[in-house]
Amino acid sequence: MSIDLFPLWNSLRIAAISCVLVFFTGIFFAYYAARLPRAVKGVLDVILTLPMVLPPTVCGYFLLLIFGMKRPLGVFLLQFGVKFVMTWYGGVLAAAVVAFPLMYRTARGAFESFDQTLAYSGQTLGLSNTYIFWRIRMPACRQGILAGTVLAFARALGEYGATSMLIGYTPGRTATISTTVYQLWRTNDEKGAMFWVLVNLAISTVVLLSVNMLEARQKKAVKA
Amino acid sequence: MSLQVDIRKRLGSFTLDLAFTAENGVTSLLGASGCGKSMTLKCIAGIEKPDEGRIVLDGRVLFDAEAGINLPPQKRRVGYLFQNYALFPNMTVAQNILCGLNREKDRAEKQRRLREMLCMMQLEGLEDRKPAQLSGGQQQRAALARILVSDPQLLLLDEPFSALDGHLRDSLKIEMRDLLARFGREVLMVTHDRNEAYNMSQAIAVMDNGRLLALKSTKALFADPGSVQAAILTGCKNIAAARRIDEHSVEVPAWGLRLETKQRVGEGLCAVGVRAHYFHPAAQQNRFPVRFVEEMEEPFETILQFRYAGQTPDSPPVWWRLPKDKKPAQFPEALGVAPANILLLYE
Repeated sequence: MSIDLFPLWNSLRIAAISCVLVFFTGIFFAYYAARLPRAVKGVLDVILTLPMVLPPTVCGYFLLLIFGMKRPLGVFLLQFGVKFVMTWYGGVLAAAVVAFPLMYRTARGAFESFDQTLAYSGQTLGLSNTYIFWRIRMPACRQGILAGTVLAFARALGEYGATSMLIGYTPGRTATISTTVYQLWRTNDEKGAMFWVLVNLAISTVVLLSVNMLEARQKKAVKA
Repeated sequence: MSLQVDIRKRLGSFTLDLAFTAENGVTSLLGASGCGKSMTLKCIAGIEKPDEGRIVLDGRVLFDAEAGINLPPQKRRVGYLFQNYALFPNMTVAQNILCGLNREKDRAEKQRRLREMLCMMQLEGLEDRKPAQLSGGQQQRAALARILVSDPQLLLLDEPFSALDGHLRDSLKIEMRDLLARFGREVLMVTHDRNEAYNMSQAIAVMDNGRLLALKSTKALFADPGSVQAAILTGCKNIAAARRIDEHSVEVPAWGLRLETKQRVGEGLCAVGVRAHYFHPAAQQNRFPVRFVEEMEEPFETILQFRYAGQTPDSPPVWWRLPKDKKPAQFPEALGVAPANILLLYE
């Protein structure tokens, strides 16, 4: 039996690219949200966290409302050949939206527990704010940021609801591991479904194991 | 060389409002916790922004609300030693110190100054350690090295010894005092510990609730604190409301007596203070009958609490503190105080 490995490749690229996007946007919002006036911050926080608590199908519905082919933005983007509906990079968008709150919230928690005097002393020593951010704040918060990144990656890899709403399931074009599992099970291909379940399990296990190893190594380095 | 500060900033429960000029040497800001001392340092360093006022360092305007000048901390050249030292935990001692050398672009010169500073601060052999692997004293030296190497025009110290335990603290005070003398520029130190202020500084500014009560040379402040708050902060244990009678005598109703003073009593006198060390059984002046109340022993001194014969019942007992070997076998019938040792306290 020959198995088309496209879903594996597609899932990995969607998860990897959305993870990179979410890494930067999540950190950006986590950093700047903390500096906004309280009222604005509260509202923004709710909006940014909503995708985490909404059912993914609802997120997918909203994405269709915004990027659908009959919507103004969808029509506008199509002029440039960009189409988020039924394309693999639409999957990146769906996965990024759903995974974003995980990165945003863990990064925000890490930034909030950061000892602000470290930043102040850096400033009085003449270090630029950019240097302080990347070389002092980020390393000090690396545990939380790493955890957020892994969670976001894992969430993006397992994304089903919003993905199936926005990009559907087209073998060889938009199929991901999770939509393939559903499709194969629905068509009574239990063996095929089991294969992809095992693939998914293997990837998730490797990701979590490597995180644990990284953490253990860091603790060792600190103790030594 | 001088630092002129004249700032106002509204804080939660009070307003920071003070003006002072600190000249060469170490000046301490002495005050209870939460009185605005640390906020003052933060305003000078540029971490916090005052609502109004001006800050000028050696003729360089760091902040001027009216002229719209507010230099960022990076441009102020003000070194700030934080209470917890704020060493960057992810960097080694050497990398931390190199952060203070970020303005120096020449690599060889950077390394030379790093070596020089490691040697001066006795940090040789520790350069590859992370801050968490250093003792408290080493952390303090590393943090100071990082600041001094950046060549600041002014040094701010925020409770520099509070993170250390007692034994280490005393030996580090001496080291730090000598180091600050060699630094040779203005130093502003925040502390709530009067001994620390006395040990380390040439002048002391007493703060209470965001305001400056007094700025005097250290010896002058302890000899004549001038206000009740300043007397308390300099450790005066016996303070009682008082009334002026004439140029050299005051009445203390709570103690039921009149005291002669050496200093001229001004109008507006509100209280007098007598330091616990200044009572003497043999003193002939301001001598009044006393009654023993209670004793509290310390390792090398003892505190004898007493009441004056005419003292009102609701006033607290008076403290007399003396070295154990000077303690009389029999509690004296009367105690005296030299008129020079009566502190005159005003509103």
